Amino acid sequence: MKRKINIVLAGVGGQGVITAANILGKAAVKAKVNVFVSEVHGMAQRGGAVNCTVRLGNVSGPLVPTGSADAIVSLEPSEVLRNINLSNKETKIITDITPVIPFTVSTGEDEYPNIDAIFKEISSYSKLYKIDATKIAKDAGAIITKNIVMLGALAALNILPFKKEILLETILENVPSKFKEVNKKAFDGGFKSVKQ
Amino acid sequence: MEILEDKPGKQILLLGNEAITRGAIEAGIDVATTYPGTPSSEIADTFSLIARSFTKQNKDPGFYFEYSTNEKVALEVAGAASISGLRSLTCMKHVGLNVASDTFMTYMYIGTRGGHVIVSADDPSCHSSQNEQDNRYFALFGGAPMLEPSTPQEAKEMTRIGFDISEELKSPILLRTTTRLNHVRGAITLEKIKKPRKKGDFEKNPMWVTTPAIARARHPELLKMLENAEKISEKTKFNKILKIGKESDWGIITSGVSFNYVKEAVEDLKIDVKILKLGMTHPLPKKMCIDFIKSCKNIIIVEELEPILENQIKQMAYELGCKINIFGKSTGHFSRLFEYNPDIVITAFCKIFKKKSLIKKPKDSKIKLPSRPPALCPGCPHRATYYAAKKAQPKSVIYPTDIGCYTLGRAKPLEMADLLLCMGSNAGTACGLAVATGSKIISFMGDSTFFHSGIPPIINAVHHNHDVVITVLDNRTTAMTGHQPHPGTDFDGMGRPAKKILVEDVVKGCGIKHIEITDPDNIKETTEAFKRALEFKGPSVVISKSPCIILENRDKRKQGEEIPIYEIDQEKCRRCKTCIGRFGCPALYFGEDESVNIDPQQCNGCGHCALICPFGAIHKKEVKK
Repeated sequence: MKRKINIVLAGVGGQGVITAANILGKAAVKAKVNVFVSEVHGMAQRGGAVNCTVRLGNVSGPLVPTGSADAIVSLEPSEVLRNINLSNKETKIITDITPVIPFTVSTGEDEYPNIDAIFKEISSYSKLYKIDATKIAKDAGAIITKNIVMLGALAALNILPFKKEILLETILENVPSKFKEVNKKAFDGGFKSVKQ
Repeated sequence: MEILEDKPGKQILLLGNEAITRGAIEAGIDVATTYPGTPSSEIADTFSLIARSFTKQNKDPGFYFEYSTNEKVALEVAGAASISGLRSLTCMKHVGLNVASDTFMTYMYIGTRGGHVIVSADDPSCHSSQNEQDNRYFALFGGAPMLEPSTPQEAKEMTRIGFDISEELKSPILLRTTTRLNHVRGAITLEKIKKPRKKGDFEKNPMWVTTPAIARARHPELLKMLENAEKISEKTKFNKILKIGKESDWGIITSGVSFNYVKEAVEDLKIDVKILKLGMTHPLPKKMCIDFIKSCKNIIIVEELEPILENQIKQMAYELGCKINIFGKSTGHFSRLFEYNPDIVITAFCKIFKKKSLIKKPKDSKIKLPSRPPALCPGCPHRATYYAAKKAQPKSVIYPTDIGCYTLGRAKPLEMADLLLCMGSNAGTACGLAVATGSKIISFMGDSTFFHSGIPPIINAVHHNHDVVITVLDNRTTAMTGHQPHPGTDFDGMGRPAKKILVEDVVKGCGIKHIEITDPDNIKETTEAFKRALEFKGPSVVISKSPCIILENRDKRKQGEEIPIYEIDQEKCRRCKTCIGRFGCPALYFGEDESVNIDPQQCNGCGHCALICPFGAIHKKEVKK
């Protein structure tokens, strides 16, 4: 593959961002596509902002240059803006609509921005897909599958260099058998929310 | 387990750290040791995971693995195994090599027999470290052959082949990695797994005993070894020249992850150049470098942190009397600070080659984002201990702290960290602060840190009768790095039962006369314990015992036990903000109507907030699923 595909996965520690990035990487290996995935570990894990980058195709490393993301997939609305420098006007942005308020807001050090202002800001740059991943995950049967909902939504954007079935297959291989059905529902729910 | 599959040619996705473990397994590893530290931890954790799964089935994993008390001990355990002819690996974070450096420097003199790969995981940009020292200097300092991988695949191969190089040279070698290698996933191609040797034999020889006379005899041997290492460096596949575009007199010399940025940047900018990609960076392949220098009129050197390649290449050019332009740190094109990324390399190349930058102007968002600094988890027992200590002596106490989760107590509203250097420094600096200021001192360290390097300063405090309160936050795990066991746990890294060493027994043995053992879940009693310790003239130790909430809740869930969550009775709440403003649990938040609430998703059910609420407005709610 000559092309480079840059995907940014964002969210807050504990939301399953790293797991989603890992699954995306495994799917690429299965599809025989060159891939690098960067992760955040250690200090930034609990409650901190998490950003993983997945690069596919003719790439040598995992870091995405400024303004060159093909997609930003965020499990939290304000975390899109934290990574907005990686986007350009062609970037497709998917975000869950539920904010996670950091404790710095509780202690009065910070303010959480107005949610509609966040969406307006993002839409002024790039193509925005807002999805209620929290609800889709709940409906699928487990709120922790929100990350899988986001992968389903990503698969609907037509930017992955492999079929969505490969991604779904990889997801199902990486969850315990009793959760397969829930994850499949979450993935399909995410896919449909973008591809109407 | 996929990582143990003996299917040569198969491709699997591995984290850089897992790839190092796989490389060691392919090489027939016998002994692996570590003290955990980000970004190195998953190397050892993968050994531990494998070992524990074998132990569970009453089988032998084929290798011995331990989480040693500290990096120095880890290097000595694996070093002796290697001297006895076994293949060994020791991994640690960069600052861990400071702890192990006493052993390392002399180990290089005596050399070894079985291959020994020492992994140093450096952390440019200090993602999770107290400094960003460049451990490539340790290779030069100690005289260690060094390999520097760029990708997980290379990390696996360099580990595997590193054992052969180590055995050929009869010297331990350094595998120097950085966060952006350790924590990057990539495809790796599996090779055949070699059988371990299992049993070593120690050959008695006066050469192993570094008396001054032997040391004088060994030093020339070390230099001779480096000459042989240079020959390997000349022919290894890890050092190579890549041609990009048309023939050119421009050259780039690079190593480690910087190579990845360089390769993409020159391809994208369509620059005609040749790249000397160095994988074995000590000793440098001098002949290869000289030929490269001679073939260029301009050379750019791209390496993170210190100008180690740059200085050596300049020296070679000077000795050659070669008039070439060398671009790098000294010309201001690259920084000695922080990790590099594609933008930094592209920007520097555009400047040097006078090209229009490919980097798109970043979007400038007008919205100010809230910060999300890492915080002590909801329910963390350390928060309760800090709160209690603060209550005991609210004014003019100095709080030296240490490396671990509890460093996060520095943040508002607790602000319980005043001085931090490195592992174990809390108690040593406590002694100095007491001498210098005469102030009350309460220092803090975790249980794993206590065993790592917290004991000698306690002995120092006893012997010199320093008036300090030293706190051990005993949460029964090495929490920050991923919940590894330590000498205070009743199992080891292979999942076998182990002798549990009690902190109180050790400090008693050190001669501490005033020991307080307290449970931070009882905040009132813990405050009293700190008060008593502060009143005692001379050194005292407070041991605050409560398991890490993450582990405790994980165990509860496994056993089907219910985890309670707490809620606030809005009728009783007077908005005094004690829970948010003084205690600072991240599960608490202000609602839009200024009411205080508890996020049920985040609450871990510790009940500490109910204990500190002056109006009894917080109570247990329904059961969390």
